[in-house]
Amino acid sequence: MVRRWWDWLLIGLSVVMFCAALVVVFLYAPREATMGDVQRIFYFHVASAWVGFFGFFVTFLGGVLYLVRGERRWDILSLSSAEVGLTFITMVLITGSLWAKPVWGTYWTWEPRLTISAVQWLIYVAYVMLRASTVGEERVARFSAVYGVLAFVTVPLSWFAIRWWRTIHPQVVSSEGMALTPKMVQTLMASLATFTVIYVTLLRERMRLEQAQDRLAALREG
Amino acid sequence: MLRQIGAILAKDLAAELHTREILSAMAVFAITAVLTFSFALDLRGATGEAAAPGVLWTTIAFTGTLGLSRSLAREQESGGISGLMLASEDRTVIFVGKALSNLVLMLLLEIVLLPLATIFFDVNFVRPSVVLIVVLGTVGYATAGTLLAAIAVNTRAREVMLPILLLPLVVPLLLGAVHATAGLLEGLTLAEVGSWVQILVVYDLLMTAAAVATFSYVVEA
Repeated sequence: MVRRWWDWLLIGLSVVMFCAALVVVFLYAPREATMGDVQRIFYFHVASAWVGFFGFFVTFLGGVLYLVRGERRWDILSLSSAEVGLTFITMVLITGSLWAKPVWGTYWTWEPRLTISAVQWLIYVAYVMLRASTVGEERVARFSAVYGVLAFVTVPLSWFAIRWWRTIHPQVVSSEGMALTPKMVQTLMASLATFTVIYVTLLRERMRLEQAQDRLAALREG
Repeated sequence: MLRQIGAILAKDLAAELHTREILSAMAVFAITAVLTFSFALDLRGATGEAAAPGVLWTTIAFTGTLGLSRSLAREQESGGISGLMLASEDRTVIFVGKALSNLVLMLLLEIVLLPLATIFFDVNFVRPSVVLIVVLGTVGYATAGTLLAAIAVNTRAREVMLPILLLPLVVPLLLGAVHATAGLLEGLTLAEVGSWVQILVVYDLLMTAAAVATFSYVVEA
């Protein structure tokens, strides 16, 4: 539960990389031709999406390992990744809406990626609510692991279904057909790397918190 | 194994047919839901026809949560699950039996709902191709719903938890079913709505496999 050297390294890296990312996004990346500066939110938006969905994969993995092995640490991994992932998906929805308004004229549209993000958000929230509503540590772990597995199975199907749905109906606004110049690609990569490090840092912090709570509960009993 | 599944199915259906309380509640709720949609969205004429598949499936989705919750809650109240677990070692048997009985419950509801929707919206839902879609969609829904209801009744929020857990997971089902139904109503053939049918079939298979694999973890003491 005490921070190890790698925890400090992660925290340090997160801070440094984020500052660097800000510089890269605002100063290094070129100004986009049609959308102007508001387009820069794209770098944080896509990075949040990557982390948000990756986080759900980790939750799924933790769930499977918990069901198979029965070890508490896999459950801790699952719940931590779910909470951090939920935060990032929330950011995807918010940044997406902020970007959409000036560019498309509307805060929301049933565009495939926004729609699947909304579904993912709901799944994460359901996961967190399920955990809050279940009594008994072992039961909480089992139920949420099962839900995580089931939900993960449906996500790819949801993605295809939503894509097909949106290609049938003519879209009022077209999705961004941005041509990415090399500098933009580099900026995106930098942003992705930064957000991944931030994700791991937050994940680790959340896991530490849960481990500390376990330790406290054990001390109280014993 | 089939005999055991059949026994569970028969027990549940006998219990339900005796009182018919779940079925009648579902039917009344479904009718109320369709009427509410029609008033609130002003679904007259052409608008109604266009919205009909969506209204049908939304109604099925919401009514289903009622039936599923009640069915699993009743099982829990009578100590049924423990009894079933003593009777059969194989949790899969229990799951399949319960899922089938929930499926039958929903199909019975749909036998009432489809003609009703046909009358309200002046579109013919009562044809073989549409019935096939309804069955495919309901199978997936009942499978996911039975598993999640088994989880939900064991939480503090109980029945309220089920729609929260279930609805995000049936997105592919809803999209597939609504669009296949809409296409068929417009005169397309089953082959032409094939990609939506595929989603339904794949969902049904995947969800059944996942549910069977995880059910034992849900009912473990």
